[in-house]
Amino acid sequence: MAIILPEDPTPIARVPSTENKTGGWRTFRPVIIYEKCIRCFICWKFCPEPAIEFDSPDAYPAPKPALAKFDTVKINYDYCKGCGICANECPVNAIEMVLEEEVEE
Amino acid sequence: MRKLTIPEEEYMRSGHTACLGCGATIAMRYVLKALGKNTILSIPACCWAVIPGVYPRHNLEVPLLYTAFEVTGAAVSGIREALNALGKEDVNVVGFAGDGGTADIGIQALSGAVERGHDIFYIMYDNEAYMNTGIQRSGSTPIGAWTTTTPGGKKRMYKWEPKKSVAEIMVAHHIPYVATATIAYPEDLIAKIKRAKEIKGPKFIQILSPCPTGWRHSPDKTVEISRLAVQTNAFPLYEVVKGTYRITVKPKKPKPIKEYLRLQGRFRHLTEEEIEMIQRIVDENWRELLKKERCSQEVKE
Repeated sequence: MAIILPEDPTPIARVPSTENKTGGWRTFRPVIIYEKCIRCFICWKFCPEPAIEFDSPDAYPAPKPALAKFDTVKINYDYCKGCGICANECPVNAIEMVLEEEVEE
Repeated sequence: MRKLTIPEEEYMRSGHTACLGCGATIAMRYVLKALGKNTILSIPACCWAVIPGVYPRHNLEVPLLYTAFEVTGAAVSGIREALNALGKEDVNVVGFAGDGGTADIGIQALSGAVERGHDIFYIMYDNEAYMNTGIQRSGSTPIGAWTTTTPGGKKRMYKWEPKKSVAEIMVAHHIPYVATATIAYPEDLIAKIKRAKEIKGPKFIQILSPCPTGWRHSPDKTVEISRLAVQTNAFPLYEVVKGTYRITVKPKKPKPIKEYLRLQGRFRHLTEEEIEMIQRIVDENWRELLKKERCSQEVKE
């Protein structure tokens, strides 16, 4: 009797985890206050998701003209679980944790 | 324009199923940033076995092989030798295991692998208990900690045995590179892995990665606690290159251990005398490490 092997003899995972939108786990939403942001990218460095992305320098107003040439950051709310590491590590307290129900769109 | 202190490439995708504020995911992110795409990982049963998500989902941009709990060392040795036979000697082979899979269950496979001298990385992300199965005590749990198998009670049955130093066990194997690192110092961590990449032979790196679920702290304090672990000397950062110690982060004025312990719910039960005892142990270990650094540098001269 012939042995029929499956096309994939070893199970290989092929679906990227980005299909899994973990933003629904969130209780507190981090909101960046761009008037304070000094564009140091410390939040990007410590994000465990990673859910912090770069944006173009002119996407948001810069607090000082010297900072205008640097890229800005934005939070991808599809994946942010709201752990708050970014708000805790921000050296200028430019990230605020807002309860999801109280977010103004 | 952006000024970044760590590599920008991302090899860990979003959408993984780790708890909020997980230290182990930050550790993996930095490790892959330092190693690059030319890497094969092997992961035993640990938190990282569930973080990428259930089949058919995958989370990393590099190949990943799951193994049984006790065989990470054997699995990475096999992958290394198979790649060498195919002539692919430039691929980094990495075992990425938790502290239970390294200090307790996986230690014989690890000891064998590093003794045979394969050109491998072994990274232990140390969350100081069996976190994936529900916070059971491991050999790497620090003294005085609460876990579900050392629950305290009237007889105060917490973990009163000191933490097993796996890095020192690896130094005793006379391997070319041993280091400790933590997620609050990403530049230091990435520099250590990049230095290890240049060395041929077995490399061992222990990364302290706080676990909000098991350490009973607020998820936003993950990085702060790992920074305090270094500043209070509870987890000193050092590297041992061919037997010579070098402490990479020396706190100028160490903070009292109480600051580190008080942020974590697993140490909430400690009395003042017990905190003093832990302070004494930490100070002794720090002096011992300073002496080791001095002695090993003198011996090499």
